[in-house]
Amino acid sequence: MTDGAPPLVQVDRVGRQYRLPRATVFGRPPIVRALSDVSFTLHAGRNLGVVGESGSGKSTLARLVMALERPDTGVVRFNGQDLAALDASALRLARSGFQMVFQDPYGSLDPRRTVGQTVAEPLAVLHGAARAEQRERAVEALGAVGLRDSDLDKYPHEFSGGQRQRIAIARALITRPQLIVADEPVSALDVSVQAQVLNLMQDLQDRYGVTYLFISHDLAVVDLVCDEVLVLQHGVVVERGATREVFNHPQHDYTRTLLAAAPQAEPQSA
Amino acid sequence: MSLLHVADLRVTLQTARGPADALRGVSFTIDRGETVGLIGESGCGKSITALALMGLLPDDARVVGSIRLDGRELVGLDEGVLCTLRGRRIGMVFQEPMTALNPLHTVGHQVAEPLRLHLQLSAGEARQRALQLLERVRVPQAARRLDAYPHQLSGGQRQRVVIAIALACGPDLLIADEPTTALDTTVQREVLDLIAELVAERGMGLLLISHNLAVVARAVRRLMVMYGGIVAEAGPTGSVLQRLAHPYSRALFKSRPRLGLPRGTRLATIPGRVPELADLPVGCPFADRCERVIDACRDALPPAVAVAAAHQARCIRAHEDSAGPR
Repeated sequence: MTDGAPPLVQVDRVGRQYRLPRATVFGRPPIVRALSDVSFTLHAGRNLGVVGESGSGKSTLARLVMALERPDTGVVRFNGQDLAALDASALRLARSGFQMVFQDPYGSLDPRRTVGQTVAEPLAVLHGAARAEQRERAVEALGAVGLRDSDLDKYPHEFSGGQRQRIAIARALITRPQLIVADEPVSALDVSVQAQVLNLMQDLQDRYGVTYLFISHDLAVVDLVCDEVLVLQHGVVVERGATREVFNHPQHDYTRTLLAAAPQAEPQSA
Repeated sequence: MSLLHVADLRVTLQTARGPADALRGVSFTIDRGETVGLIGESGCGKSITALALMGLLPDDARVVGSIRLDGRELVGLDEGVLCTLRGRRIGMVFQEPMTALNPLHTVGHQVAEPLRLHLQLSAGEARQRALQLLERVRVPQAARRLDAYPHQLSGGQRQRVVIAIALACGPDLLIADEPTTALDTTVQREVLDLIAELVAERGMGLLLISHNLAVVARAVRRLMVMYGGIVAEAGPTGSVLQRLAHPYSRALFKSRPRLGLPRGTRLATIPGRVPELADLPVGCPFADRCERVIDACRDALPPAVAVAAAHQARCIRAHEDSAGPR
């Protein structure tokens, strides 16, 4: 991080609310505040974990950072640029800097496209890259996640859950992004596969300098991967700080509840 | 006599790649009031075990071996007889509370259904009993919830309703397949505590199936670890966690992320991947991924070796270090 350079992501007092369907014909539609007044700064190389239960606003936050939605209030800046102020083509260009990995590797890959097409898609869309270059970069990205060249022409159904998540990561990597927003990337995976994918994500960080915004309900995973953590409850940040500090000395009751509920099995506890 | 006695259970499924042995000689017992956890990863055979116990395997599956409930053989019973047992003697809780409930019927209707079907209660009696059940599983405002539809409830409440249905007829055995996987951690603990409380109160046997070692470990007295269609290790929970006598149990345990690991730690991984059912080798299914493999491992399925009191592991090298913990 050079002095004076803007932080990778700066989220400043962001709020987002959704209108629910009307309950009665003449009534006002009820409104849900998914996020209220959320602020944080994400520096390059310092992974940030976002924890909280279903409905706490974790995924809304991910969508805002990915500029898939605009905040109702506040600003999301990527490398100092207000994403909501960009026009469509400038936003498209900016998108190569941040990519996303989703939770469900079965739902996030198009079953009718080959792995090569899926992985190279961001290049085609964002840069209009030539066919040959797309293929070359796809091979490179697949190699980075431990898959083979020959996997390029296969379809998603030929792969296990863990391999599919590798494919999703390869697709995120192909634009050489600075930031990957990972929304529960390992929670659908078996324990031993989870370990492989977590190791891979950390290796990729070392090798390519990518930074993660890591959304998870699993505190142990966040503890392992993230330097800093943000605890969300009902759309409000209740606690924020260095992961080790927050988990060892939680200040907020909600953080304590989450920590107490985290399942643990240690030999001596039995 | 044990409540449930499973002996040398073998299940062969018809797959696109030909017949595949999903269970290859599974044996265990569950006594009344006993809680048993079954853990393993996708494809190890844990859900097939549950389906076999309930007689819900696909029609073309071949089942050999014995499943006795209170001494009565279930293998080979016809569907009509099984229907009188399912929901009556054996209660089931499934993973997805959203798909386990019928979105078109009220919660009260669905809790009352087994009562009317198995116990021939009248509509009024069944509704009354359904209310008691919802109160027992601590669904808030139970009386109002009777007429609610599943989509109006939260995930945790839905799972409580599914538990109420499973308990409705006072079963002897409760089978819970990943009952908390879809729930938040805090709700997860409440649901597990509720199940434990009900099992103790009614003296049921419990088979709790999960891929999450930590979730299961604190809820059960005995643990079984499955891999490749066999029970790789089984014993009292404390003994299993202390010894981890089977190399797979040990590898699985080591690969979990846990709170307090230094940032950036690389987790221990198991090389390779779970073999497909159709590709299972003749010998130990874990041989290709095991760091302690010797030639003899590949000759035949390893027998169960006693490593401690009531604790066995299906590893021919398990006895070598059974003396000391890990």
